Amino acid sequence: MPRKQIHLAAHFPGVNNTTVWSDPEAGSHIEFDSFVHFARTAERAKFDFLFLAEGLRLREQHGLIYDLDVVGRPDTFTILAALAAVTDRLGLAGTINSTFNEPYEVARQFASLDHLSAGRAAWNVVTSWDEFTGENFRRAGFLPQDKRYLRAKEFLAATWELFDSWRGDEIVADKESGEFWRPAGDFAIRSDQFDIHGRFPVPRSPQGRPVVLQAGDSEEGREFAASGADAIFTRHGTLEAGQAFYADVKGRLAKYGRSPEDLKIMPAATFVLGDTEAEAQEKARHVRYQQVSPATAIKFLEQLWNRDLSDHDPDGPLPTVDPVVGENTISRGRASVRMYRDPIRTANEWRELAEAKHLSTREVIIEVTGRQNFIGTPGRVAELLDEFVQADASDGFVLVPHITPGGLDDFADTVVPLLQERGVFRTEYEGSTLREHLGLKPAPTTAAGDLGTAVSG
Amino acid sequence: MTPLHLAVALEGTGWHPVSWREPEARPTALFDAGYWAGQVREAEHGLLDLVTIEDGFAIQSSRPFEPDERTDQVRGRLDALLVAARVAPLTSHIGIVPTAVTTHTEPFHFSKGVATLDYVSTGRAGVRVRVSTRPDEAALVGRREISRDDAPALFDEAADWVEVVRRLWDSWEDDAEIRDAATGRFVDRDKLHYIDFEGRFFSVRGPSITPRPPQGQPLVTALAHRDYAYRLVARSCDLGFVTPQETADVAPILAEIRREQEAAGRAEEPLHVLGDVVVFLDESAEAAQDRKGRMDSRLGRELISDARIVVGTPAELADLLLEWQEAGLAGARLRPGSVDHDLVQITRGLVPELQRRGAFRTAYEADTLRGLFGLDRPANRYAA
Repeated sequence: MPRKQIHLAAHFPGVNNTTVWSDPEAGSHIEFDSFVHFARTAERAKFDFLFLAEGLRLREQHGLIYDLDVVGRPDTFTILAALAAVTDRLGLAGTINSTFNEPYEVARQFASLDHLSAGRAAWNVVTSWDEFTGENFRRAGFLPQDKRYLRAKEFLAATWELFDSWRGDEIVADKESGEFWRPAGDFAIRSDQFDIHGRFPVPRSPQGRPVVLQAGDSEEGREFAASGADAIFTRHGTLEAGQAFYADVKGRLAKYGRSPEDLKIMPAATFVLGDTEAEAQEKARHVRYQQVSPATAIKFLEQLWNRDLSDHDPDGPLPTVDPVVGENTISRGRASVRMYRDPIRTANEWRELAEAKHLSTREVIIEVTGRQNFIGTPGRVAELLDEFVQADASDGFVLVPHITPGGLDDFADTVVPLLQERGVFRTEYEGSTLREHLGLKPAPTTAAGDLGTAVSG
Repeated sequence: MTPLHLAVALEGTGWHPVSWREPEARPTALFDAGYWAGQVREAEHGLLDLVTIEDGFAIQSSRPFEPDERTDQVRGRLDALLVAARVAPLTSHIGIVPTAVTTHTEPFHFSKGVATLDYVSTGRAGVRVRVSTRPDEAALVGRREISRDDAPALFDEAADWVEVVRRLWDSWEDDAEIRDAATGRFVDRDKLHYIDFEGRFFSVRGPSITPRPPQGQPLVTALAHRDYAYRLVARSCDLGFVTPQETADVAPILAEIRREQEAAGRAEEPLHVLGDVVVFLDESAEAAQDRKGRMDSRLGRELISDARIVVGTPAELADLLLEWQEAGLAGARLRPGSVDHDLVQITRGLVPELQRRGAFRTAYEADTLRGLFGLDRPANRYAA
């Protein structure tokens, strides 16, 4: 049986504590040159796509803007369109929120981006529902819990109807007869969240629809991804957890009439390379301490404890008081705090970990906030990545370097050639569109039958 | 002589509705990046101040308030901000000014969008604000109903939109990013500012997620034909586009804008006003007449425009522009009748003609769009 091909994406280091801004090599997260460097490295290494995250309000803790991580980022669509000018094949993926945008606008922007990049656009659909972020928008933001995925589904379904409102053969432009086009683009959408009609102005783009990405491990997130996404991001750190997730999500595809290869599973992965195993381990340890400064450790602690712990000693044991249960009021604009659904249980788990390994507060935070890590020599990392994919724990990875913009350089220069030698990663782009890079079928031309069933079901 | 400022408005294959049928026109390339890059590079070759990239919220229509069923004109277009971003890295001096429809868009999104355009163009971004009074455009979003009678209020809303966008551009002080290893702080949060805008139409808290752009304040522009639109230009813009038919129209228009500027307490602020002209240019006036005549006959009527139409030689256009300059305008925004013909006539005909008369630059004198208009990088309104 041929070996599975690995898919690789590059996450531009951003607003989180994975990004080490204090390193002497760390550059701007805003200047276009940083994006050009990063994108060209990813393209030189034949990556599937570059990925941008987004947050539409600066994060706060204790009602103050959170200042320990990188703060600030450019506009997603604008930077991706500009990157299309300095790359030829690299997929361009952006996170765009379905709460603080309208389907007509987003469809217009993605269809435009797909034209302007000759078929390289991808959309990471996220939902947000908090009034905190809504304060930046005229439409404001609050959505009750039970409407979140409904809005996301209806939003996605609406954009598909818009993308599909042109078939792609309407523009005739016959100068002799004077016929420019055969009218298209008419739509009328009435749903719980939307009541819109009119004519969509962008002709069908090279990919038909942008590639759709989805992040999220929840039951609803998995089902949403199975119903309509082309790739799903995960955070499963171990081979076993990855395999379980992979089997679960791929198993959901059949009921939507989809095959396992229609949805790629790509966990986020950090990596640290060294000339020897020992050097790599030492570098990785150093990076983790850079990522979790004493001040950062306290902030993370407060996010779970949901109370002011500014006097707590980061080098001492975990607090003996329990977390405050209820709405998290300490930290806002941050997705991770919502994962602490049972903070007392999580705190007890952390305490058990601290006791078993004799860890200080900061060391616990370093341990529990560590993501999937591939640490070692380039040869070892290539081997681990390949094993992970061949064992059906994933179809590839979204690599998250910790340095902007050069954090991908070593990986591109040393690991990618070894993956290519193993015959599990492309040496040249075979196609021109992102859909082709990911081995996805051409986009369907009608919304009926795919997401439609998921929305009603 | 003060040099003129020259802009070109890029719209499809040109401003004549059947320009797509001209021999040089490339209607099937309208949705390719290369098409737009070529136009903007040509404009930069001619040392023009800026290009505006036209956009409507909806698809083009010959009917004022609804889509039409015409099949003989260009229909379909790309998002102007994305086109602007796509061409920005391929050029180095020319200003790039996409259109934003204020009525239906989020000022928060557009503020960071234009700020980012300013980053990717290293200081050459602007925005042309436009109001939508069409009920069919409102139906595309479905959040509100709009009728033509709402126009004055929609222009007031546009002024609020610009105010929010401008405050967000200033919501980061220039030195907010400190990367202070000693305290572990990436930013000095005292230099990030909530804008706390509350108006009749919306409120926005801020700060922006994007740091202050290279120009500080990218150029804000608008096209205006009447009182409430002149008020928007006077209250909110750095650059206005107006549509005198005759030279005699120029002075009253400018007087009205200056009055509104005073009323808004902005009398001391620099505000440049350019006249819009639709142009059909050839080496001989007859050739230009023939070309326009051919297009008009395919259209089935003579071209009607809100702006003055000039059909003639680059020298004749130069005469008019200098006359308008004499009357008080800072220059012109030219709308090429057929872009693949008339843009080249502008850059390789009109520009050398104006240069011979000492009325146009012979090299770019600044690296930013504000710089080309002699505008300083403004102080931040929130800086202590």
